[in-house]
Amino acid sequence: MSLGEINGLRDPDESGRFGEFGGRFVPETLIPACLDLEKSFKEAWADKEFRSRLDQLLSEYAGRPSPLTECPNLSKELGCRVLLKREDLNHTGSHKINNVLGQALLAQRMGKTRLLAETGAGQHGVATATAAALLGMECCVYMGEVDIERQELNVFRMRLLGAEVRTALSGSRTLKDAINEAMRDWVATVEESHYCLGSVMGPHPYPWMVRTFHEVLGKEAREQSEERLGTVPDLVVACVGGGSNAIGIFSGFADSSAELVGVEPSGGAAVGRGVPGVVHGSRSFLLQDEFGQVLEAESISAGLDYPGVGPEHSHLADSGRARYESVTDEEVIEAFQLLSRMEGIIPALEPAHALAWVSRERESLEGKTVLINLSGRGDKDVGQMMEVLEVDDGK
Amino acid sequence: MSQTIEETLLAKRESGKKSLVVYLTGGLDEHFEATVEEVSASGADVIEIGIPFSDPVMDGPTIQRANDMALTSGATPVSILDRVKQVESPTPLAVMTYYNIAASMGVERFASLLARSRVSGCILPDLPLEEVEPWANAADEEEVETILLAAPTAPDERLPIICERSRGFIYGVGLLGVTGVRQELASSAIEISTRLKKVTNLPVLVGVGIGTPDQAVEASRASDGVVVGSAVVERMLEGGGPERVGALVKEFRTALDEATF
Repeated sequence: MSLGEINGLRDPDESGRFGEFGGRFVPETLIPACLDLEKSFKEAWADKEFRSRLDQLLSEYAGRPSPLTECPNLSKELGCRVLLKREDLNHTGSHKINNVLGQALLAQRMGKTRLLAETGAGQHGVATATAAALLGMECCVYMGEVDIERQELNVFRMRLLGAEVRTALSGSRTLKDAINEAMRDWVATVEESHYCLGSVMGPHPYPWMVRTFHEVLGKEAREQSEERLGTVPDLVVACVGGGSNAIGIFSGFADSSAELVGVEPSGGAAVGRGVPGVVHGSRSFLLQDEFGQVLEAESISAGLDYPGVGPEHSHLADSGRARYESVTDEEVIEAFQLLSRMEGIIPALEPAHALAWVSRERESLEGKTVLINLSGRGDKDVGQMMEVLEVDDGK
Repeated sequence: MSQTIEETLLAKRESGKKSLVVYLTGGLDEHFEATVEEVSASGADVIEIGIPFSDPVMDGPTIQRANDMALTSGATPVSILDRVKQVESPTPLAVMTYYNIAASMGVERFASLLARSRVSGCILPDLPLEEVEPWANAADEEEVETILLAAPTAPDERLPIICERSRGFIYGVGLLGVTGVRQELASSAIEISTRLKKVTNLPVLVGVGIGTPDQAVEASRASDGVVVGSAVVERMLEGGGPERVGALVKEFRTALDEATF
């Protein structure tokens, strides 16, 4: 039995589909690499030695388990009991390290010497550069020109860690285009490179494999909730761009009574406003025009600035097991400040989306227990927010 | 209806000549129809019309740039196919685009639109064998030839299965990488052609990384001909008009016809 089934989420079928979403829509050149990756991942996951090496890195290097933090002040303010799963306290500052350590170990086991990654906010790029430094691998990260400007600290971090950061200049010059560039690189270097994809998207086996590497956070959160609350929370809320942190925490509660809520940015609400389409390797909800051209997302958060969503989220939305809401940039800016002031925790702009939804829905959530996945810390965003808030003050 | 792509390329092979397939970005400028006609008159055996997609992961900088220009100028799959219908040329046409363009319209409707636009074949580079069935069945139904790609990374046992599902010709990917002109012909271009020739009677054409007439001749030593894309699109982007594009195609044609194989 796979971990996914234990946790209530289903594993994809042989074609890599969750319901009618997923699949393997990549150039023929990459198909053997995808098949090889699927086989290697299954073998590694069944190998006790691989699993214990990963567990050891997750605890001794990444600092797992991450705590569950009660928010007394915020709870009082909002009228519901708010708990945070503190993925912001992991090494490199977000949940991304869970997946990256898994993939980097796997790549090394497969004899690959180079890690290739895309990044939006830079968190996945930093995590990949970190793992590459640790394991002595080459690392190349693609980042959109717009994101390089708004996340310059993370660009510096990646370079400091020894990674090469390449600018994606095409299209919207954000995450979507960084993925295009990373895929083009992979097509050319597939023999030595492993594409360390940063979310639960892309061709099979990525959505499933990345989820599996993040299930550790859902499992911890479930145990911590049972211990703290004696039960599961009423709601589990997480932000959704591609959706890796959300699927990680949902995996721990999918078989429970907890309501699962994914929060998308209003300018990139693929589940909320998209229709099924195929890009970046899988079929999923997608913002696109009437001819199938992918639209550009627009969000204050570089990590969620993506017009698609991982296929399993499309399936969870379709099947009704999870629901997907959206919040505006303004609401996110409010929430960013609210948590900082109330609890002394500066969130990344991405999980600030989850907070913003809870804050907006406070009336309907009165008396309930809400677990929010605080997927990353806000250090990377303070420069950008300093500008946003100063401009607002001047008005 | 004129000959199918497969019939055309098989006849070429019978005649002892090498085939030349030329890729043009659809709807790039006001000369589009004239360019197709000129390329036909300059000796292309099949013309591939690229329908631009927002996220072309198999394409390098040249075709990306042409893509963006066409999209910015308002080209859509429907407007491009409307213009294709106006083209007067005996040369069979194929469309090259990405799967979401077909999927968003619905595969049956897209196949029927291609057929009504007198397009004989279709290449969808992000639709591999594992996912091709719904599209390929719809295309078969409309007698649109689904041309599949075969890459250097494929293990031996995969090649005959791809060839069996491919119609028109089998498109051998000449190198590990995206479309674009390279300094030298990759040795993988010869290798993939040789491997494919061993397992199929379909015409074997090699493309990706064929940028000069010399490279076309060299690649054709192991194949039935070549697909030339970025070099021609580069010429289109220079803006010299259909004649300049035609002149380049003639260079490829002459080199292939005059070489001894």
